[in-house]
Amino acid sequence: MLEAVVEKKLRDYQLDITLTVKAGEVMVLMGTNGSGKSTTLNIISGLLAPDKGSIILNGECICRTETGIDIPVEERRIGYVLQNSAVFPHMQVRENVAFGLKARHISREIISDRVNFWMEHMHIADLADVKAGNLSGGQKQRVALARALAIEPSLLMLDEPFTALDTESTQTVKELTRKFIKKLNIPCIVVTHRIADSTEIGDRACVLCHGKKEWEGLPGKMPEYCTVCHCA
Amino acid sequence: MSFFNLRPKRQTLTYIAAGILIAAVTLYLALPILALFFRITPEMFFATLADPDVISALWLSMFTTFVTLAIVIIVGTPFAYYHCRYNYPGKIVVDTLIDLPLVLPPAVAGVGLLVLYGRVGLLGRYFNMFGIQFAFTTLAVIMAQIFVASPFYLRQAKSLFEQLDPSYEQTARTLGSSSMRTLALVTLPMTASGLISGAVMTFGRALGEFGATIMFAGNLPGVTQTMPLAVYVGMQGNVNVGLTISILLVIISFAIMITVRILQKREEKRA
Repeated sequence: MLEAVVEKKLRDYQLDITLTVKAGEVMVLMGTNGSGKSTTLNIISGLLAPDKGSIILNGECICRTETGIDIPVEERRIGYVLQNSAVFPHMQVRENVAFGLKARHISREIISDRVNFWMEHMHIADLADVKAGNLSGGQKQRVALARALAIEPSLLMLDEPFTALDTESTQTVKELTRKFIKKLNIPCIVVTHRIADSTEIGDRACVLCHGKKEWEGLPGKMPEYCTVCHCA
Repeated sequence: MSFFNLRPKRQTLTYIAAGILIAAVTLYLALPILALFFRITPEMFFATLADPDVISALWLSMFTTFVTLAIVIIVGTPFAYYHCRYNYPGKIVVDTLIDLPLVLPPAVAGVGLLVLYGRVGLLGRYFNMFGIQFAFTTLAVIMAQIFVASPFYLRQAKSLFEQLDPSYEQTARTLGSSSMRTLALVTLPMTASGLISGAVMTFGRALGEFGATIMFAGNLPGVTQTMPLAVYVGMQGNVNVGLTISILLVIISFAIMITVRILQKREEKRA
């Protein structure tokens, strides 16, 4: 379970958000460009420091500004797929998936087993030896997802994972994400612009507007003002 | 002559003018280089290659240039990386200082190094008290080359690190990679072609360095007389030595430019 209460002064407004995501739950974070969605993910992942607040993941405090607790980004064990998927183009698919495992000094046999497992389940096993720079958008997104899940994260965060994908790839990534979130029983946050994404993948939705939570609830129950005023 | 007949004629004239201009510029750049090859016979060229002065200048140039290159890469790469990734007071001044040697006359750079590190220089006098001398040594050649040639690498590295999408490094960090591992496995491989191209340009500039070297290191055969200095001395006495070294430098310069072009093409293809 993730419990985050964070504040950060941004250029145009103050980000002030409280998020709770249960294990096995997919929280869809929505809002217009610049509403603070990606900044929230960056703070939770440890890439950005909050001015004030705390982040508790599975009962462990990974950040609390009052006491100065701030677990470094590389030790947080959070699977984070950034907006452009950021697969390393100079590495093969296999090396991409193994990247996080190698950083953790795990034995070669375990790395090999886990990499094969995730490549198979993400339907990228036949691309194992292909340079990631030569993949299509959908394939890259699946590699990024496999790479993030291979580290056995305590939390998975996906920032605009469907933006550059065609309908078929979007559907595949959505199905895979839902399947493994339920299977691994970890909390998941998905940032998206599209209301359709929230109903298809999300268990709950949260709409941000200028750094504040505008609305939170079941994806299908989003009030009209959120959609009309382009909050979401 | 009607108005309508003027247009094709004008076009022809434009083509002729453009052709003359392109030919003139090409010849202006190419003829002095070609002239070197016509001034000496192949037999004389190969015979002069065995001249001790040529061999000595060649080895000294290669040694100092490779040491310069190694220092520039080892110090310059992390410097450029941290310079790009962090904001600090006076960053803009440092930016200007990196570019300064590109416009500064090399002789002035040499005078500056001499005034600072010379035997009675601002810092040199203190080193001299411990028996450490920089000026008129092989080390001075390397110092002059670093001063003059390093901006070619630093500018290139700076621009590459600035252009690299930060999401790659951020992803690596979230996957558990330390900043050093991220630099080694993600940042450097993704900028490698550009960095090599910058290193090759630095090599070329260091190899051709003359002004700062003669001011700070002098012209001592076997100690500080690099290839460009040997050309200068050769042209005042044994012209064949000057011509032979000049041709060697032309060949090396061509090899450098071809390498840079290949790397740029590879970079464009990858992008």
